[in-house]
Amino acid sequence: MKFAIMVSEGPYTHQATDSAYQFAKAAIAKGHEVTRVFFYHDGVNNGTRLTVPPQDDRNIVNRWSEIATQNNIDLVICIAAAQRRGLLDENEAKRQGKDANNIAPGFRISGLGQLVEAGIQSDRLVVFGD
Amino acid sequence: MLHIVNKSPFDTGSLASVLRVAKKDGGAVLLIEDGVYAATKNSATEASLKAAGMPVYVLQPDADARGLQSRLMDGVNMVDYGGFVDLVAGHDNVQSWL
Amino acid sequence: MSDDMDFEEGGTIKKFMFVNRKAPYGTIYALEGLEVVLISAAFDQDVSLAFVDDGVFQLVKGQKTDGIEMKNFSPTYRALEGYDIEKLYVDRESLEARGLSEDDLLVDVQVMSAAEMGDMMAQQDVVISF
Repeated sequence: MKFAIMVSEGPYTHQATDSAYQFAKAAIAKGHEVTRVFFYHDGVNNGTRLTVPPQDDRNIVNRWSEIATQNNIDLVICIAAAQRRGLLDENEAKRQGKDANNIAPGFRISGLGQLVEAGIQSDRLVVFGD
Repeated sequence: MLHIVNKSPFDTGSLASVLRVAKKDGGAVLLIEDGVYAATKNSATEASLKAAGMPVYVLQPDADARGLQSRLMDGVNMVDYGGFVDLVAGHDNVQSWL
Repeated sequence: MSDDMDFEEGGTIKKFMFVNRKAPYGTIYALEGLEVVLISAAFDQDVSLAFVDDGVFQLVKGQKTDGIEMKNFSPTYRALEGYDIEKLYVDRESLEARGLSEDDLLVDVQVMSAAEMGDMMAQQDVVISF
């Protein structure tokens, strides 16, 4: 079965992204496919490579990058939500005249249509938020 | 439809809304995150879950994390994340009551 | 996936429901939820919106946001018709519990019982909640 996931909260404050990750990991372990994870609202903050969590804690951002690379999951950060919250990839930083970008490996920035498309193309879309 | 509740019933009305609105036929409730507190034995919500008219599942890792192992009510079904996946796959559709 | 899925012009038409259970302004969910709804119109899906619990506050007349310097996005609900999004479902008990009636709402909606709302939800292919 093809699963798509929406994550609506950022890392560490809410459990939503942890739950989504555990769900994705379990789905893959059961032989399902996780096609796309769409990060919306404060969920876009899961995609910054500048987080530095304490060494004895989970690294939420790296964990998403790794599971995505290993299992070919499309990690999409909503552009409109990202711009509001200071998440920029290289192109967008250039376009907006900003001096830095911060997108973690395996993530890409794209439009809200990617969420609707994920709903159309997957068998189930599961929302994790607060 | 699988109805996922992630909020404590002592904090928000999410669970109450699920129990009021959800179509019982073909429905199921999955408690995750702080939603698992609803399944506490002798709590104010125990009776409402017993009268849910739908199967009620509790995500065990979340219950364990919150120290609920020995205080869970009877009649709920424990699942791990793999069971969570099975529940989503096994229902026609899923709704998270955020 | 429901059995009654339609196929048209080679594309899949799914039933998408956007469930709104949060009030506007206090958090961004209502506003960003509406942004998804607008985008979804471009995908020619069978789209509906449900307003339950505090979500009904999104639709009340007379919103004036000058004093909080936030954008009043309530007129957008009236514009949905122009996007062919005409299925707006409101939970009667949520309205009544908040001292509201259909006359307090700024757009035409279908007010329904909890049972009708539950039936509507159960018919969907994709439910995205904010």
